[in-house]
Amino acid sequence: MSAVAAMPPKNYEILPKTSETGEPIGELLEISMGPHHPSTHGVFRMDVVLDGETVVKLKPVLGYLHRNHEKIAENISYLGSMPYTDRLDYFCSMTNNWAYALTVEKLAGLPVPERAEYIRVIMAELTRLQNHTCLIGFFVQDMGALGTPLMYAFREREKILDLFESVSGARMMCNYLRFGGVRCDVTPDWLAQAKQLVDGYGKFLDEFEALFTENEILLARTQGVGVLPRELVVNASLTGPMLRAAGVNYDVRKVDKYGIYGRFDFKVPLGEHGDIYDRYMIRVLEMRESLKILQQALRDIPSGPVMDPKAKLRGFRPKAGEAYGRIEAPKGELGFYLISDGSPNPFRYRVRPPSFINLTVLEDMCLGHRISDTVVILGSVDIVLGEVDR
Amino acid sequence: METPEQIKARLEAVVPGAKIEILPNDCPAGERSLLVDTAQVLAVAKFLRDDPQLRLDFCSNVTGVDWPDTVVKSKFKKTVVVDGVESEIEETIETLRSGYLECVYHLYSMELKHGPVVLRQRTANRDHEAPAVSLTPVWRGCEFQEREVYDLYGIRLEGHPDLRRILMWDGFKGFPMRKDYVPPDDFEYEPTPHDKVLEQARKHYPPEVKA
Repeated sequence: MSAVAAMPPKNYEILPKTSETGEPIGELLEISMGPHHPSTHGVFRMDVVLDGETVVKLKPVLGYLHRNHEKIAENISYLGSMPYTDRLDYFCSMTNNWAYALTVEKLAGLPVPERAEYIRVIMAELTRLQNHTCLIGFFVQDMGALGTPLMYAFREREKILDLFESVSGARMMCNYLRFGGVRCDVTPDWLAQAKQLVDGYGKFLDEFEALFTENEILLARTQGVGVLPRELVVNASLTGPMLRAAGVNYDVRKVDKYGIYGRFDFKVPLGEHGDIYDRYMIRVLEMRESLKILQQALRDIPSGPVMDPKAKLRGFRPKAGEAYGRIEAPKGELGFYLISDGSPNPFRYRVRPPSFINLTVLEDMCLGHRISDTVVILGSVDIVLGEVDR
Repeated sequence: METPEQIKARLEAVVPGAKIEILPNDCPAGERSLLVDTAQVLAVAKFLRDDPQLRLDFCSNVTGVDWPDTVVKSKFKKTVVVDGVESEIEETIETLRSGYLECVYHLYSMELKHGPVVLRQRTANRDHEAPAVSLTPVWRGCEFQEREVYDLYGIRLEGHPDLRRILMWDGFKGFPMRKDYVPPDDFEYEPTPHDKVLEQARKHYPPEVKA
């Protein structure tokens, strides 16, 4: 997996030095990283206690962007929440839409036409491409590669967002999926453009990787940092690239085979050491697998309707019951839990946000490392505060 | 994977005193859930995690649900004799079901790649900080989600290592995801008191001030 042999994990003194009577020598320093700090990717705070430069305690403080999305969704119709799911993880609105649509379809037993399934896969994989590209840009920016790599990433992202805009009317807040299909069909011209983008993306990835994969600074700052053991990763419910970097083979696309993912030939990249370098590498390899899925989907997409003719947009009332649906979003497992009581609004609407739960082990990753490493570790978690705080 | 009935039978054999109820789910997804008493939920969770056939090592989703007091209507048929003619009539009985709060856990297995098993526990009533049992000692992934359940629903989860508010700020009063929560009217102050604002403000006054 790693380009060079990984360094052994660093052995830092975790506890502050104490005298013979047990009194700490010197003073501990408590600092507040954030909420307005460029490395926190939003409004997020870490209460850090330092011994010199070494972290001895770290508590994440969240909720600055909390607007009680779940309560709002309980007071509006099922379809009314669809545009609001765009605002959860505002980088990946298409996958948020899909997770919600999937759960409602599960709740009401709605079928989805073939062509719509293919369009959903294409949109989700394009979303994964742009999310991982941008994340790597942000992540190296956190390490001091200011500007240039992020601009390369954003240049490519903009091409994908142009595709989203031409089909849904919005770059980021797409609001494109509906229960039982997608809102409107894609044109043959659009498919040709998407094909062109996919064909050229591999070359961009090669260039992008040439900047980082064997970069000395990146290796020194990421290998052996923020290591998570396999048992903890599973027990702490981590998902997505964070989980697979520790070597656990669990991808909801392979396990649940939701949509039509069972038809595509792709691999799940796995890490060995569970450190930040593995998380970076997993994302790069995942993008290459996404390109494979996209090529197959763009080749095989059939013609036909994109909306189930019996699907009801207005006056939609599923029968009483409950359903939990989940998909593999770029950041991890995104789940929705809905309880219906037969009325037009959901009785209970819950989002299982992947980046919120991935933050559970932030302290475990940072203990014993330098304060400057916490920035890189947080960057490797891939959080979006719209989703963490909801 | 085993059906809920099989899991129930094995659990009741292994965990002493465990009473498990299988709750129906009428929607097409049809994931039925196991309702466990708060006294045994920790033992049940440990069994579900460690049992070699289940190995539910991944607790995906933890959430609270608020079920307020509701009138449950149940219909039954009975035969009556009116003027010597036997006829069947339908009678409706209304019973008041007292409210409770619920914690729902969705469990999967990363090792055996199956799931979900839905586990539920209920509090006795809807009091402020009604007690239930935390499953963070079994699955570390519950830590933040159970803090969120405490924060938004006010379920005090005993045994949680660090039960504090997480999304709302410290010192916030009330539990915003409860069905009967009234949001304070001074969040967004409106200088012209029209009827809607006044009516909302009145809900906060004690009864004697209201007159």
